[in-house]
Parts: sequence; C-alpha cells; structure tokens
Amino acid sequence: MVLPHDTILDVGKLSVSYRSDTGYVDAVRNISFSLGREKLGIVGESGSGKSTVGRALLRLLPTARITADRLDFQGQPLLELSEKQMLDIRGRRLSMILQDPKFSLNPIRRVGDQVAEAYLIHFKCSKADARAKAMSMLEAVQIRDPKRVYDLYPHEVSGGMGQRIMIAMMLLTDPDVVIADEPTSALDVTVRLQVLGILDDLVSQRGIGLIMISHDLNLVRNFCDRVLIMYAGQVVESLKASEMESARHPYTQGLLAAQPRIGGSRAPLSVLDRKPEWEIPLEGAA
Amino acid sequence: MTDIVNAPKPASRRQPAVAPLLNVLRFLLRSPTSAFGLAVITLLVLLAIFAPLLATHDPYVQNLNNVLQPPGGNHLFGTDELGRDIFSRLLHGTRITLNIIFLVTITVGPIGLAVGTIAGYLGGIFDTILMRITDIFLSFPGLILALAFVAALGPSLNNAIIAIALTSWPPIARLARAETLTFRSSDYIAAARLQGASPFRIIMHSIVPMCLPSVMIRLTLNMATVILTAAGLGFLGLGAQPPMPEWGAMIATGRRYMLDSWWLVTFPGVSILLVSLAFNLLGDGLRDALDPKQMNRR
Repeated sequence: MVLPHDTILDVGKLSVSYRSDTGYVDAVRNISFSLGREKLGIVGESGSGKSTVGRALLRLLPTARITADRLDFQGQPLLELSEKQMLDIRGRRLSMILQDPKFSLNPIRRVGDQVAEAYLIHFKCSKADARAKAMSMLEAVQIRDPKRVYDLYPHEVSGGMGQRIMIAMMLLTDPDVVIADEPTSALDVTVRLQVLGILDDLVSQRGIGLIMISHDLNLVRNFCDRVLIMYAGQVVESLKASEMESARHPYTQGLLAAQPRIGGSRAPLSVLDRKPEWEIPLEGAA
Repeated sequence: MTDIVNAPKPASRRQPAVAPLLNVLRFLLRSPTSAFGLAVITLLVLLAIFAPLLATHDPYVQNLNNVLQPPGGNHLFGTDELGRDIFSRLLHGTRITLNIIFLVTITVGPIGLAVGTIAGYLGGIFDTILMRITDIFLSFPGLILALAFVAALGPSLNNAIIAIALTSWPPIARLARAETLTFRSSDYIAAARLQGASPFRIIMHSIVPMCLPSVMIRLTLNMATVILTAAGLGFLGLGAQPPMPEWGAMIATGRRYMLDSWWLVTFPGVSILLVSLAFNLLGDGLRDALDPKQMNRR
C-alpha cells in the first residue's frame, strides 16, 4: 500500500527556455513542486507557461532547453534518461490528456484502435488481447456500447465522447502520473462535469497522481487537492484548494476578486491591474 | 429505457473496404474525361491479359515474303520491315508497357514515401541530407538522367526500369515531405508520442496513411511520364532490345520506312499517346475524387 503523501514526482528548479536571436528566452523559470498520489492543479493565464511545464515533464519539447536541479520520477532522473528510455516511460507510467479531442485523435484511424495502440506498444500481447483491454477501458469511461464505438472514426463521435476516449487511451496502461492539459476547455459546461467526474473516479480508484492544468480557477479549486498559481513563467503561490480564500499573493488575490459570486454584491467586478511586483513569488512558494 | 436496451444494436462496422472503392469508381465514371481514362486503362489491362488469345500472329515470326504490307486483309495494322504482324506486336507490347509501369511504381512509391516521411518527421540533419540528395536528382531532366544510368548499366529493359525508377522517386519524396510537415505538429501526432510510440511506429501508423492519397494521385500521374520515358529510351535503343515488341523500339525501327509505310510508326505512336493520355486523365480524376480540399466542387 502506497501512502498518499509518497512522492512520485519531484521537481526542483525546473526552467524551460527557447533560443531566440538575442539569446535564450525563458518560458518557465525555477519551478519546484512535488506530487504524490493526489490531484494537483496548475492555474494561470494564457502564456504563463503552465502547458509548457506539462510537456517539459514528458520531454516533448524538441526545440526547448530544459534544465532542472531535480526532476525525479519515482527515483529516476527524467532529464538524464535516453530518448529510448523515455519511450518506455511516456504513455506507460507518465501520460498526458490533451485539450481538444477534435485535434488529438487521428482522423483516419478507428478510435478503438487508437486506444489499443498504447497497450500494443508497451505490452507483449496479441491484437485480440489489446482489443479486449481497450474495450473494457471504453466501458470504464462510461461509453455505453463499446463494441460499436470501437469501430467509429473520430468525426463520428461527440466532443464529450471524444474526450472520454482520450482519457481511456491515456489511462489504459495504468500510469502512475497523468497530466491533464486543460482536458475540459473544449467541452460545454454540462459535459465538462461528467468528464471530470469520470476522470476523478478513475484517478482515485487507481491511485494515480494527477496534474490538472487549467485556466479555470473555480474548476481547479473544486476538483484538486492542491493548487499552484503560475504567473509569467513562475509559481507565485502554492496553496491547498480548501485554503484558497486565504491567498496572500497579490496576483491570486486579484484573480479571486475578479470571480463573480452568486449572492455577491452587484458592483462591477474588479479588473486585474498588472504590477511588476507580481512577478516576485511568495516566500516558500517556489 | 427498456426500449433503448432492446433496440437492435447496429452491427460492428468493420467491413471490407469495398464501399469506398465503389464510391471512387462511381465518381470517376461521372466525368467523361476520367471515364475515358479508366476505360482505356481497363482495355489495356484486358488486352495485356488476353494478348496470346487475341493476337492473330506470332509477334516474333518473320516472313520475308510479306514485308511492309499495308493495313487490311490478313494483317489488321499491316506488317513491318521483317514481315511481322504489327497488330500482334502491339498487343504483346501492352504487357511490356504494363510491366514497366508496375515495376517502376512499386519501387518508386515506397522509396519516395520513406525518404519524404523520414525527412519530414525527423527534421534537422536528416531532413537536410535527404532533401539535398533529392534536389540533386531533381536538378537533372528525368530523361537525361535515365539515359546516363542506362548508359552506365548497359542497355536492356530491366536496366531501363531501374533507371526510370531512380529518376522518378524525388517528386514523390518532396510531396510526402510537404504532407508530413503539415501533420507532424498536429495534436494527434503529439498524442501518439504521448502514448510512447517510437518515431518509426508513428511514421508507419500515423503519417504514411495520411500521405497515401496524394502520393497515389501523384503516382498515377507519374505513370504517363514513365510510359513516355520508357518509349523514349526504347526509341534511342537503350531500353527494350530488338526482337521485343516494345512500342518505342517499334517506332525507332519503323522510322526508316516512315515515308512509304506510315503504319509502322503510326500505330505504336497512337498507342503511346492514348495510354499516356489515359493515365493523365485518370490521375486528374483521382485527384478530384480523393482530395478533400476539392470536395466542395462536387
């Protein structure tokens, strides 16, 4: 039995930078966090570097320079592994759910075959075994008629179903950590809750560590155990989701003040007014 | 709720891929030009298969008492300078033509696809090296390069096929690379990488199928060029060797008697024209049928 506070992923001073004509431009600066078997939210505005963090963990940024003091995944230093060793980790022990199923499913392959693909890559098994496995996984994400859906093409399924298929695809191999990069941004509100519910069930049942990347503060707050607030490539504050109201960083406070509330005052909501000192993280946050 | 459960479930949709093929066929037959192309090529294939049954004479048997007979009577298209029946030679020539097209296409398609997708997907140094090699091949006119290869390898039909294949893969590679570049940064390729698929697996399973339609179209259009190049090499004496009834070679020997006996060059010439025209029209029709960018024109 693994205790909930066991660290699976330990990140220390992760930086990602891209080369430009005038030297290196930092997209992510000195981010540190650790992840156990819990749900960790990363919130930030567009361009704050939250998706870059997700992809950097999987080493999926071929043009970027990734540096870190520590990037340990179950004791393995991710940055020192060869590309070949990374192939065994990606999709097997560390996987990622992408944003929009319309673009992240291959338009000319049957969805079931795409789900089964991960199993065929990582396990020595027959096609029939992989098919059966994919079928039961489709059932686990509450697809009612998996036999029929298995043979559909991506344009024949709805957005919500597509995202559930994507979840099935990425959880099929029982990974230890799943990174969900805005998994519900492309879905409408009612489907969003259903998909999140399924993801939540599967993650808790299987004891998977989840990193949820989102720009939706309310969603992350209700869904995750812990939240990192990112601004301009840095984590400015890290808090428990339940203690969100006691945020101390001015950026987080500004974000919270800009949220509408049922039963709140009807005065115009406050607007974020950027200040340079926002870029200074709180003590102990980074 | 019970109604839904009891309703007949749609059967699994995995069927043989016949229906899409029929769709393409129906589309091709709708426009007169591609229907013409398809008809000529079907006829060509049928003639090649049944050539021994349809030929009135043996294409190799000489009859020196019966040379340069005009069309009509016993010989539908007349006889050549050695008294061989031109109609029978043309029929047997279809086999050689189809043979050349088939062999060139099955070598050129995979080579072009492999070079193009590897260069496009891996990028960087692989891209530079593979594409510069492609550029070198592209910088010579096809026939000239084929001539050089045949001259080096020695004149024969097999060497002509090798030479044509060596000169016609670069455009396919260029095309496959361009297609690959448009797919490689898409999310579903990222998803395949996230699943842990190796570059080789991604190229084989995700990229090659996406490139196939445009490569198929290009290969069909290419067949016209292949026929012309093969005939050109045959005409120059570097392709099929004399007794073989290859169309280009037939024109080459008939050239000397052209002024008095027009049928020696006309019939092979018309055959080459018809067949290469047919492949061009069919390729055009296929592009209309398979290219999703032109769907709205239907």
